[in-house]
Amino acid sequence: MNPVSNPILEVENLGRRFGAFTALEGVSAAFGEGRITAIIGPNGAGKSTFFNLLSGALKPTSGSLRFSGRDMSRVPQARFAHLGIARSYQITNLFPRLTAHENVRTAIQARTHRYDFWSRRDALTGLGTRADEILDAVGLSGRRDRPAASLAHGEQRALEIGISLAADPKLLLLDEPTAGMGPEETKEMVALLRRLGESRTILLVEHKMKMILGLSERILVLHHGRLIADGTPSEIQADREVRRVYLGQSGGYGHA
Amino acid sequence: MLEIDRLDAWYGPSHVLHGLSLEVRPGEILALVGRNGAGKTTTMKAVMGLIPKVAGSVRFLGEDLLGRPAHARFPLGLAYVPEDRRIVPGLTVRENLKLGLLRAPASIKEGPAIAEIAETFPRLAERLDQTAVTMSGGEQQMLAIARAMIARPKLILLDEPSEGIMPVLVEEMGRLFVALRERGVTLLLVEQNVEWALNLADRAVIIDQGAVVHESSAAALRADTAIQDRYCAV
Amino acid sequence: MQTLDQTVVEAPPTVPRRSPIALGGVSRWRAPLSILALLALPFLLPSQALAVNVLIYGLYAVGYNLLYGYTGLLSFGHAAFFGTGAYLTGIGIGAFGLHPLLAMALAVVAASGLALVIGTVSIRSRGIYFAMVTLALAQLVYYVALQASSWTGGENGLRGFTVSAIDLGIVSLDILNPLTKYLFVLAFVGAALALISRILASPFGAVIEAIRENETRARACGFDVERTKLLAFVLSGLFCGLAGALSAIHLSIVPLDSLAYHTSGTAVVMTLVGGAGTFFGPFVGALTVLVLEDVLSLWTPHWQLALGSVFILFVLFLPRGLWGTALGRLTALRGRR
Repeated sequence: MNPVSNPILEVENLGRRFGAFTALEGVSAAFGEGRITAIIGPNGAGKSTFFNLLSGALKPTSGSLRFSGRDMSRVPQARFAHLGIARSYQITNLFPRLTAHENVRTAIQARTHRYDFWSRRDALTGLGTRADEILDAVGLSGRRDRPAASLAHGEQRALEIGISLAADPKLLLLDEPTAGMGPEETKEMVALLRRLGESRTILLVEHKMKMILGLSERILVLHHGRLIADGTPSEIQADREVRRVYLGQSGGYGHA
Repeated sequence: MLEIDRLDAWYGPSHVLHGLSLEVRPGEILALVGRNGAGKTTTMKAVMGLIPKVAGSVRFLGEDLLGRPAHARFPLGLAYVPEDRRIVPGLTVRENLKLGLLRAPASIKEGPAIAEIAETFPRLAERLDQTAVTMSGGEQQMLAIARAMIARPKLILLDEPSEGIMPVLVEEMGRLFVALRERGVTLLLVEQNVEWALNLADRAVIIDQGAVVHESSAAALRADTAIQDRYCAV
Repeated sequence: MQTLDQTVVEAPPTVPRRSPIALGGVSRWRAPLSILALLALPFLLPSQALAVNVLIYGLYAVGYNLLYGYTGLLSFGHAAFFGTGAYLTGIGIGAFGLHPLLAMALAVVAASGLALVIGTVSIRSRGIYFAMVTLALAQLVYYVALQASSWTGGENGLRGFTVSAIDLGIVSLDILNPLTKYLFVLAFVGAALALISRILASPFGAVIEAIRENETRARACGFDVERTKLLAFVLSGLFCGLAGALSAIHLSIVPLDSLAYHTSGTAVVMTLVGGAGTFFGPFVGALTVLVLEDVLSLWTPHWQLALGSVFILFVLFLPRGLWGTALGRLTALRGRR
């Protein structure tokens, strides 16, 4: 693994225990800016816990987390979004009866007008314009005024990402963005992520090896809460242990 | 074995299936592919009697299904593994498996049946007395399949079994399905992982906008990239 | 806790194409239109007293709706704020000889303060536990009032503070005149509606709805969910307290019932019957429930049974309430054009 200079994200010996259960232990890695890194591993390996730690939803019980050089272990979750870390969820987590536009605009609002109960929010055109820009960036301009719950699954996943873009994050944590998507939608999502990756750092949890190969130059493998491999896709695909516990014999494509 | 003839289905005012017709032949693995929203899951649910508003005919081994309540399918030899698995989280693996035996024919005894499952699914064998909720997604999927298999059904319907499952388990699942076919069990597989499904199946049917648009051997479809692009965009 | 499985979210097929909660063009006019509708009320109803009650309970339900329909928090203890507003107004006028408007103001402040206290304690809980905590705390207030009978009149309720006229300096309002009383109450209710409309149309209004729709996501977006909920709770208590204060002026008596769980339940019923999460719904609900009570009690001594059955029918067949269903149909029609 090559050392990273000026990492935007650095975790050292990061760990999280729940009572007697250790969900994550001794994870150390540095992530450079503007890269797309994939995180793979069996279910229960600690990927979601890792993301929860990186997004502030959980506090580490051991080790440290530094974002842009700043120690995040005591920063409250609400501040993470403001500092530039955003996360999307594996199970679509939207505001169901609000429109796509309102979903994004509400998220943008979190940075500015949280307790303002006097201004008319319709008049805050800056928010609306920015929301439309984001909808455009994720390809949902045509669905602007539809309730989120009525969107097709792939569109909901795209909206999910749109909401996490609201904070204009420097670091985007995406938890299985293509969950439930077919090949065509997955292709669209890959194109979107490539576009987004041009100006941001992205960490991605996924199961679809084909997609990961097209997107990331670096893969981390978690198993039983530990980091068991960290390298380029070809290094990972050749790694015996990774093949044993996760990839299988066909390089991750599932068929013999 | 399973004959679906001009099936229509509605979700409230939405007309989702339009005169869909297909057949599943005994002893084969049939892959049902198509885009999100094409109607694949709806077709399965309609066969299993979970869609209230349907028209047309579905016959299993000559018996009409649509006129019967949903719970009549199991005694006929039809099993279903839904997309969201639906295992009971608070019960152990063993107890979940026993659920699969609830209305099984008397010839199937619990002890030997569970032992057989344990042999086929070593991962489950290790966890027989573990609560289902503590298992990983892949293991739960295996449990859902095991529960469907335990009463020796003739036809198993599986809705996106590989979704969200890690590659090494998907491989295992593939081997399992082939072994099942060797034992004479018929499988109807809805899948978005078209590559994997076509490698496994004998025949493939493409559904688009609620109707069948293509039908061929799996090998033929694997080779026909034009059609794949059009309807599944592999 | 490991999530059970990776369920793909399925869009329910009957979700309307346009969000019924969208801040459309109508919202600007909802307060003035509501006030206009309410102006007509005394001429449509058989008695002025009923009309005033509709205003008062309508405001009570609107205040409750702010917390329940818009923020998504089901409280079973809002009688505490209504009752506190009523009692302190009565005590202010009766025991301290305060000007009615001053007494009302102080009562509203007190109700808000009580909401701050109760809110702080209950906000930690969610769902059914939240409902139980609010119920328990409201019962606490009830028993305090019952015990402090030298101040509150105990079981007999608070009496002896009849307001016959309200001196506004330049003019004196003859509160005993039904129409004047109605307009007096309407002035407050109208102002409250204008304020609530403003609040709902503000950025804060968007946050509380986001919390109702998906609390986890709201938190992940960076909203301080606890603080926002507390603020909504206090605002809700404020308007319910105002309703209580007006009730005291209206009846010239504060029954102990004002603090009883029955009164808390009334807020819930009226909001649901009218339409939770709609602006004018609670008024429709208040009107419906009060008229039904009047009418049913004429027909049968078991009118509470009848009212309960009606409520069950509403929950089964009109879950969005009368006004909510009407709005939903209208939106669907507009969407189809």
